[in-house]
Amino acid sequence: MEFLGILSFLIFFLIQASFFSLTSIGLNIQWGFTGLFNVGIAGFFAVGAYTTGIMTGPRYAETWFGGFGLPVPVGFLAAIIITAIVATIIGYITLRLREDFLAISTFGIAVSIQLVANNLDELTRGPEGLYSLPKPLSNLSDSPLVDNALYLVICVVVIGLVYWAFERILRSPWGRVLRAIREDEHAAMAMGKNIFIFRLQAFVLGSATMGLAGALYANFIGFISPTDFLPIFTIQIFVMVIVGGSGNNLGAILGSVVMWAVWSASDSLIAAVVSPDFQTQAAAARIVLIGLILVLMLLYRPQGLLPEKHVVSAAGRMKLKGEE
Amino acid sequence: MQFIADGILNASLIALGALGLSMTYNVLRFANFAQGEILAIGAYFALGAVTVIGAGVGVMGPIKFGWPLLVSIPVGIVCTAIVVLMVDYLVFRPLRNSNASRITLIMAAFGLSLMGRNLIHLFAGGDPKYFSFYIPKAIEILPGVKMVPDDLAIIALSAIAVVSLHMFLTRTNMGRMMRAVSENPTLARINGIDLKMIIRMTWIIGTALAVTAGTLQGHIFQAKAEMGFDMLLPMFAALILGGVGNLYGTVLGALVIGLAESFAVYFDLSAYRAAVSFMIMLAVLLVRPQGLLGERE
Amino acid sequence: MTPVNNPNNKILEVHNLVAGYIPNLNILHGCSIHVCVGEIVTILGPNGAGKSTLIKAIAGLLNVVEGHIELQGKNITGMETHRLVREGLGYVPQTENVFAKLSVAENLELGAIHHRDTMAETREKLYDLFPDLARFRNLHAGKLSGGQRQMVAVGRALMASPSLLMLDEPSAGLSPKLTQVVFQQLLKIRDSGVTILMVEQNAKAGLQISDRGYVLAEGVDRVTGDAQSLLHNPEVGELYMGGHGKSTMENVVTATSDVSEPSNGGDSA
Repeated sequence: MEFLGILSFLIFFLIQASFFSLTSIGLNIQWGFTGLFNVGIAGFFAVGAYTTGIMTGPRYAETWFGGFGLPVPVGFLAAIIITAIVATIIGYITLRLREDFLAISTFGIAVSIQLVANNLDELTRGPEGLYSLPKPLSNLSDSPLVDNALYLVICVVVIGLVYWAFERILRSPWGRVLRAIREDEHAAMAMGKNIFIFRLQAFVLGSATMGLAGALYANFIGFISPTDFLPIFTIQIFVMVIVGGSGNNLGAILGSVVMWAVWSASDSLIAAVVSPDFQTQAAAARIVLIGLILVLMLLYRPQGLLPEKHVVSAAGRMKLKGEE
Repeated sequence: MQFIADGILNASLIALGALGLSMTYNVLRFANFAQGEILAIGAYFALGAVTVIGAGVGVMGPIKFGWPLLVSIPVGIVCTAIVVLMVDYLVFRPLRNSNASRITLIMAAFGLSLMGRNLIHLFAGGDPKYFSFYIPKAIEILPGVKMVPDDLAIIALSAIAVVSLHMFLTRTNMGRMMRAVSENPTLARINGIDLKMIIRMTWIIGTALAVTAGTLQGHIFQAKAEMGFDMLLPMFAALILGGVGNLYGTVLGALVIGLAESFAVYFDLSAYRAAVSFMIMLAVLLVRPQGLLGERE
Repeated sequence: MTPVNNPNNKILEVHNLVAGYIPNLNILHGCSIHVCVGEIVTILGPNGAGKSTLIKAIAGLLNVVEGHIELQGKNITGMETHRLVREGLGYVPQTENVFAKLSVAENLELGAIHHRDTMAETREKLYDLFPDLARFRNLHAGKLSGGQRQMVAVGRALMASPSLLMLDEPSAGLSPKLTQVVFQQLLKIRDSGVTILMVEQNAKAGLQISDRGYVLAEGVDRVTGDAQSLLHNPEVGELYMGGHGKSTMENVVTATSDVSEPSNGGDSA
């Protein structure tokens, strides 16, 4: 029984790490490879989650639209498509902006999406969220352990496919242009490339990946509500990508697993050690820890655990000495 | 009409916060996503001071707050400024010296802001805190418009702060130096201006404005750990709407945002309040990116 | 006038300077120059030789890897830029040398930010020297023409009453006629007691008002001497032309038009 307990925990852990990994890969495409500072990650994740919730979930009394009860793969596909459409619109509006304005805008959009989720009861059941979302392949067995194991397989397959696809894309001419744009916009423009379209494509690809991750999350947990998609999620993903090494998809996965381990371990530690009175304080302390890790990484190892192989020369960001 | 009065009150608080934000944005050249937390931490320090002194002591006429609140503001400013300067020394200065990109600075600010509000959670708890429980009487200043004397005092205070800031920037040596640095840091150095000192002053002034905003907000509403984070979008919206380099533009922006939010509450859309300021900001960025009073870059 | 080239009267000494913008990528590889009180010294050299780098290093804007710099006998290597100004060093960069959003008067005021007590007096002297500055005092510096802006930039530096004024390509972007105007102004400035060190691409015009010059190439001072001899030195011309045949500076056609020709029409004001 001991062994099964550990196995069960491990599978659960890895499944959740998968959601983060996939989202991190999405961020990596946008930020690591293209230099787009998307602070609205939680929003795209939410769009994917709610899309599959609406498509695959059961009929609820409160909602006017949704509850189609479609098979889960349809839900996943819908999540990708809808998130891509949303990302195209958002990208079209915001990608022309300077990086700090892009950050503020994407941040505001995520906040707005969360607000919509919380208030548009007719679609999302508001704060109560969507429940009883189906888990794929769960009818094959009675054992939750087997269900989860199968789900883990699905996750790994999806991640594998996405990883392989992106590695191909990024080594292609398209990917090289992306890198060129990230390093020196003007040179890329001089080459006659339409920067905006490339950025938009990268943005949409990354966001669609995040939406898919959200869908995977929704159909696994079976229940989603607006509080699952708070800004803390966005920051967690950033920490994961930075820790793992931005510009590097393997790094994104590694960072996700490592940080998720830290997060889960601290959670268990707190639950075991801290008395119930201090649980919320301890939870806050945990978040402080995440923020601290982010800041420390930025200060002392910005390149992450797995630095990008091609190091661009420092000449790109030349500045005079002592310039504070 | 009531909502216009409420909107102006709202705008006063937003303006104070946004002006602090504009100082760091213009002189230090990065969008400080942790400005909200400076506001919140300041409010909590001030709360501590008020609690120690005794809130009900010395109520001033019809105004609910007495001298303890007025004293607590400078106390809050000093305490928070110490924290802010330490953070600049430990985090932002090393990043600046290593030629970190703007994104890195913003991300560090994000991380710090996450730490800030959760540290408040940790030390002060998550439930809202009140500065005092004395309930003042609302007076009717115009037909159909009721306001509490405190609110009027706050609006007056904000106006004074704005004018003082303008005087400071245009008439004093320090103010001129800050404007020089915000336009061209290297040229400022060549002129003999000590950049490190200017950076410290900028943080101090930005902090002073934020802490004032936070304390007053805490006083008339409440203080909670999320209070700064909730103000972040409205502050940025005001700054961008008004035009980043222009002080009065920021005030104007704050007025628009304050009124718009108040409008939303009035029309039962209070849940979407945060989205309102954001939508306005986005519209400005698309249509007139330099803002209402800003200059085209 | 103070005697020039008196070895005991050095206002600036640079010894074997190694410096660059980026770590491990040095532009200067052991450059040495000196300037005596009351001189006008011009630094020449082809592009990439390190002329601007030298001035910026002296001004404290770059990291000095090796070597040292003395101003009026005091070691200023690595001193922060804003303190150098207080030591009597003035610097007029080539670009972005005025605060465009501020008025001419505000620009000048900023120049004297640490000399407020003598500011009015200095400003009057400056207006005497350059009456146009008084005329433009309320205009935004950004709205002035190239030549006028240059005058504001120099005026701003003079407001701090420097002992040594360094200029990076003062004639850049100016017509031959305006170049002459600027250089005549520099002579007036020198006569009022300020030593001048400048970098000039227009070697001929620069040397014509200078006492001495240095020719930099590949980060090192290659040739030095008094201005007249440099003008006629074939080696100097060759350094400039990258070694394509012998030529003296007199015959070298520099990027801006040859100044010795009578002024033709069509110069930009």
